[in-house]
Amino acid sequence: MNIVVCVKQVIDPESPPSIFKIDAATNKAEMRGVPPVIDPYGEFAVEAALKVKEAKGGKITVISLGVKLSREVVKKPLAMGADELILLDDEAYVRGDSWSTATALAAAIQKIGEYDLILCGREASDTNAGQTGPGIAEILGLPCVTIARKIDVTDGSARIERVTSDGYDVIEVPIPAVITVSNEIGEPRYPTIKGIMTAKKIEPVIWKPADISLDASKVGTAGQRTRLKKLFQPVYEGKCEFAEGDSAEEAAANLALKLRESKIL
Amino acid sequence: MAEYKGIAVYCEVKDEKMLPIAAEGLGIGRKLADELGQELAAVLVGSNAGNLAQQAIAHGADRAYVVDDPLLKDCQTDAYVSVMEKVIGQITPQVLIMGQTDSGRDLAPRLAFRLGVTVTMDCVDLAIDSESKRLLQTKPVYGGNAQAVFTSESNPQMVTIRTKAMTALEPDASRKGDITSIAADLQASDIRTKILDKVVEEVAGIKIEDAEVVVAGGRGIGSAEGFQQLEELAKMLKGAVGASRPPCDNGWLPDTLQVGLTGKIIAPELYFAIAISGSSQHMSGCSGSKTIIAINKDAEANIFRQARFGVVGDWKKVLPAFNEKVKELLAS
Ligand SMILES: Cc1cc2nc3c(=O)[nH]c(=O)nc-3n(C[C@H](O)[C@H](O)[C@H](O)COP(=O)(O)OP(=O)(O)OC[C@H]3O[C@@H](n4cnc5c(N)ncnc54)[C@H](O)[C@@H]3O)c2cc1C
Ligand SMILES: Nc1ncnc2c1ncn2[C@@H]1O[C@H](COP(=O)(O)O)[C@@H](O)[C@H]1O
Repeated sequence: MNIVVCVKQVIDPESPPSIFKIDAATNKAEMRGVPPVIDPYGEFAVEAALKVKEAKGGKITVISLGVKLSREVVKKPLAMGADELILLDDEAYVRGDSWSTATALAAAIQKIGEYDLILCGREASDTNAGQTGPGIAEILGLPCVTIARKIDVTDGSARIERVTSDGYDVIEVPIPAVITVSNEIGEPRYPTIKGIMTAKKIEPVIWKPADISLDASKVGTAGQRTRLKKLFQPVYEGKCEFAEGDSAEEAAANLALKLRESKIL
Repeated sequence: MAEYKGIAVYCEVKDEKMLPIAAEGLGIGRKLADELGQELAAVLVGSNAGNLAQQAIAHGADRAYVVDDPLLKDCQTDAYVSVMEKVIGQITPQVLIMGQTDSGRDLAPRLAFRLGVTVTMDCVDLAIDSESKRLLQTKPVYGGNAQAVFTSESNPQMVTIRTKAMTALEPDASRKGDITSIAADLQASDIRTKILDKVVEEVAGIKIEDAEVVVAGGRGIGSAEGFQQLEELAKMLKGAVGASRPPCDNGWLPDTLQVGLTGKIIAPELYFAIAISGSSQHMSGCSGSKTIIAINKDAEANIFRQARFGVVGDWKKVLPAFNEKVKELLAS
């Protein structure tokens, strides 16, 4: 079983919103003072891959596209148990949209050549799009199932539970297929000390656009089909009225009284 | 090359009914079409979808295109992508609006890539740029910490819209429009996936999407038992219980009760956030609530930036006393 997992490096989405800042001049967002992480849903996809590998054996190849990727960050899937890491890391990939990103990832997957499952996160924590997985599937002509909470691979097909708003669907799909993974798959495992040591020794393979037979006009900003016109932070007029009291119980009673006064209760 | 003109709205059909988001799409679609002086088309795909065309017209469409085929009974994306590719090839709209629903999340990006374009997912605002006449597509990014305005380079300019972000028009049954039917031309073998089962996890009581009052708890509740006290408050106020993601991930509550970006997007009159920090991803699902009330032991918690009323304290002490007082007030 050859499994390819796409994982992105992002600013830490779990940092408090109060340290989120946008640089208006460059339209770039940051979590001030906090290092980047791998995209949480990408991490769930790695966990899904490890579960399949445990059941069926095989090899997990992780691909990440970005510019000046932090080796420490992108090696986390290796420390969790993935086998190989391919980085599409080059200035040319800078500021791509879903189109140029999916195009480059699909080209890299084609170059890998052998794949039974391609796993992505259901949506990246920065774009909140959920477009890359289905995009790769279309480019490669593969079937696709999104928002998986369980993946069982049997001979030549996968049985997937797809999260829906009122439960889940059970879907069977022939493989190779693209699957996007949701948090219901289960908490990603922590890297073990042994895993971290192994990861240290694995050298990532680096592919420039030419290595995946892509012209510079197809990647990064040049390959975009969407333009970002503006990025801004919505403002909230925070005016929370606090109910006080000498004890928690008294504050609670005062809250109820406040709500009654405001005709909310 | 074909000329791309007009606005098209994909009106999602489920169980032979048009979903509310279809009317919301037609509402904003009407506005954009009027601004451009162009037509608004509704696209209905499904089995027995034909009966719904007049309803789409009543909600603002100038014409409707219907693809009716028994193979389209379930929303199998393979089938729907190929049908929509054909429909869009025929009507060549400048803008295509879809809904950010279970099936929209799957269908829209597949269709976009098939058509050689991208789609801006989960838009909360759509407008026409006065100079370029292109569609300005506003959507939350970074989990809701920011909003981005995108434009598409090519046609159709595709978007999905967030539930309840756009307003539907009052239906006008007297509106008239042409109804065109388009053949699906599907073979059963075109559909590579097979739906083996559809599991519905029923929750007793009022559905969280429909409740006027939602009592939600977060990681700080600590256990399934803890939620019983939230249940008690919800019952008194005839509301529903909800949660941030950790309680669902931990199995304290069913996943279907998760509120947020990747859960339910709700807008009740009253939203209690108890031991919830108020991450941007969670707030994406509840910031449309009329009044938010927060109980949190951390006075600096982000939830207090968006709450109208709050108590700083341990919910284990605050909530029982609050429930007691509410009971007393409701009885008097
Ligand atoms: C792409 C993406 C999508 C996501 N989608 C969603 C989503 O749809 N919904 C969602 O909720 N999350 C979502 N998340 C996760 C989100 O980022 C947060 O991790 C999550 O919302 C945190 O939940 P919480 O507030 O319950 O937990 P925490 O952030 O851990 O907060 C717990 C709070 O409880 C308080 N507390 C603890 N004990 C007590 C006590 N005894 N009394 C009073 N207060 C107490 C603490 O002060 C703290 O503020 C998503 C994340 C990503 C990256
Ligand atoms: N630059 C990238 N490198 C590797 N994987 C990516 C990249 N961008 C997106 N992905 C994958 O696609 C998923 C969805 O991203 P998006 O379509 O941007 O929401 C992510 O969770 C990743 O699995």
